[in-house]
Amino acid sequence: MREQFTRFLAFFLPSETGREVRAIFVHAWQVRFRLFGRNCVDFFRLTEKGKRVRMDFLKQLGLQVFLLAITLTVMFPILWIFSLALDPRNIDKPLELTLIPPGASFAAFQKVLCEPFMLLCSNPSDLGTCMTFGRLLLNSVLVALGTSLFAVVMGASAAYAFSRFQFVGRQAGMLGFIVLLMLPTTATLAPLYVLLSQIKIAGEPLRTTLIGLSVAYASGTLPFAIWNLKGYFDTVPKELEEAARIDGASVTQTFLRIILPLSVPALAVTVLFSFMTGWTEFVLAWTFLEDPSRFTLAMALRSMQGQFSTPWSEFAAMSILMSIPIVLLFFALQRYLVSGLTVGGVKG
Amino acid sequence: MATQVAPLDRRLKRREDFKQRLKRSPLAWAYIAPAGLLMVLITMFPQIFQVWMAFTDYRIQNLRFNVFNSETWEQYAPAMVGIENFVKILTNNLAIENYDFGRLLLFNITWTFTNVIFHVGLGILIALALNSKHLIGRRIYRALFVLPWAIPGYINALTWRNMFDQNFGAINQLLAVLNTNLGTSFATDIRWLEATTPPLGGLLSFLPLAFYALLITNVWLGWPFMTVVATGALQAIPDELYEAAAIDGANAWNKFWSVTVPMIRPAMVPAIMLGTIWTFNNFNVIYFITKGGPFGRTEILVTQAFKLVYEQRIYGVAAAFSLVVFLILLVITLINNRVTRATEAYNA
Repeated sequence: MREQFTRFLAFFLPSETGREVRAIFVHAWQVRFRLFGRNCVDFFRLTEKGKRVRMDFLKQLGLQVFLLAITLTVMFPILWIFSLALDPRNIDKPLELTLIPPGASFAAFQKVLCEPFMLLCSNPSDLGTCMTFGRLLLNSVLVALGTSLFAVVMGASAAYAFSRFQFVGRQAGMLGFIVLLMLPTTATLAPLYVLLSQIKIAGEPLRTTLIGLSVAYASGTLPFAIWNLKGYFDTVPKELEEAARIDGASVTQTFLRIILPLSVPALAVTVLFSFMTGWTEFVLAWTFLEDPSRFTLAMALRSMQGQFSTPWSEFAAMSILMSIPIVLLFFALQRYLVSGLTVGGVKG
Repeated sequence: MATQVAPLDRRLKRREDFKQRLKRSPLAWAYIAPAGLLMVLITMFPQIFQVWMAFTDYRIQNLRFNVFNSETWEQYAPAMVGIENFVKILTNNLAIENYDFGRLLLFNITWTFTNVIFHVGLGILIALALNSKHLIGRRIYRALFVLPWAIPGYINALTWRNMFDQNFGAINQLLAVLNTNLGTSFATDIRWLEATTPPLGGLLSFLPLAFYALLITNVWLGWPFMTVVATGALQAIPDELYEAAAIDGANAWNKFWSVTVPMIRPAMVPAIMLGTIWTFNNFNVIYFITKGGPFGRTEILVTQAFKLVYEQRIYGVAAAFSLVVFLILLVITLINNRVTRATEAYNA
């Protein structure tokens, strides 16, 4: 690489320039390239054939045009929600396409964050009993975390059994979980309602508690979690476990100490998916929960969609606020996303 | 006849294997137990109840029926009607507007396959672009491209519904902007979700314009998942394979079909199966954008099932309907599995 730079610079610098000066230039360029990222060095790569450079440049240009076009389509609806949220007129369909509408303000955000939700009150005559964004957020976090906890713990242990043991009923069990993924749950709401009303914890039916809701969500995310985790566990070499077993580790120890630490990507994907379910679901929540003090953000968002009118700016602001945690979680777990999603396992 | 019986030693070995597996079974089942119990309780029980409901005339007055309370049995148990529900569903004898089972099924299958084709095609194309060497801004693109997936589905669906509005929607406004700036002459008062005259005639005349609007929305939502899966698979392909192909004189097209496609297929097949199930049952997009309109022509099976429960309140019919949906999905998955496996054998 160094020779190429030297040759490249020698072309531009006057030939009488001293070697030292040239060396300094070369160094400066290299530092700059290093700061700018390796990609750039390759981008302006100098090969003997000038043609190759042009090819790379054209290819880069084509790719950038393509990817920027995709970026535009991805961002268009998102920017549109932003402009709705900033619009003080509370309309669902602005008259023209503007990123920043006339009289834009953060009033809608402020209202959603600070004012009580009038529709979600234990006692409608007392504003103090109404839900606020903070309390809704707390409930949502509890439900979402509960869902992911149940899904990860149960999913990982079941997936481990399917991946590592040859036992009676293995095929049938695995098939059963995949079939469950396909069953539409529309008409099961009524029996589930009855069932969860029967199970009582501390005198309260499980149905009306946040734990009950988390458990119900977890059962919905489990089939995919087990399928995906099993596929990932299959790719962890068996030799590692065998070595540990020879050293005297029990099955449970190898599972906890070897398989789980090596499967962080797949576990992260499970957490992400189940967290998302718990965070965004509202149909089950509306049917099950009774006490407004247990309502979640997704339910509050749904309640904003009134029969006659919807406060659109607030709805948009709330949508954005609700999306931010999920988007951040996606970004945080992104490096696991690609490797953790083996979807059913490539290796048989 | 005797030739059909396996040799004695092999039979003994098989029995020995079975004993071995049986011996390891309790531990395996212990690992599966938490997830298994939860699934049996929360998912299996309501599903079995649903099967029973499908053969009864379960209506709103039967909702007080409680399996766990024998006092309610006498008074509220629904009448058994045998397969009458199924017959009604398949012969279009339900007293519901715009109900036609054949059309629903045809639309549902068309919807699923067009979507999955676009998801996979676009997903792989973008993954290839993102995976090309020396791409500038790879990380930024990757971060931005998960956004459609990360934003909660309900929010996405409502945003797109507003964007397709005839008078004030962003899509028509965008067309107007294009018209003024590029001199094109698109119609800017397109009734995306309500128009009844199909844009394409002939065989495709059963698809209203709303179908294409829904398709755009769901393609926007769906490709990032496929891109992530394809990226994982692409990163696992060793460079040597491409180099070897180059030595053999392969051009980019040949390389794609004889190196890339076979190498990413094992990861894509389960993802495609999963995507098929998800799209087939994609409730959010259809229900929150068109509600099945215009005149039920974009109704899919799960939205119809939902309406049977929440609008018509004929629970028995809804349960039967869910079972029919499940059977159809099972058949599609089996065919899918068969086709993908068959091509595997063909390549090998």
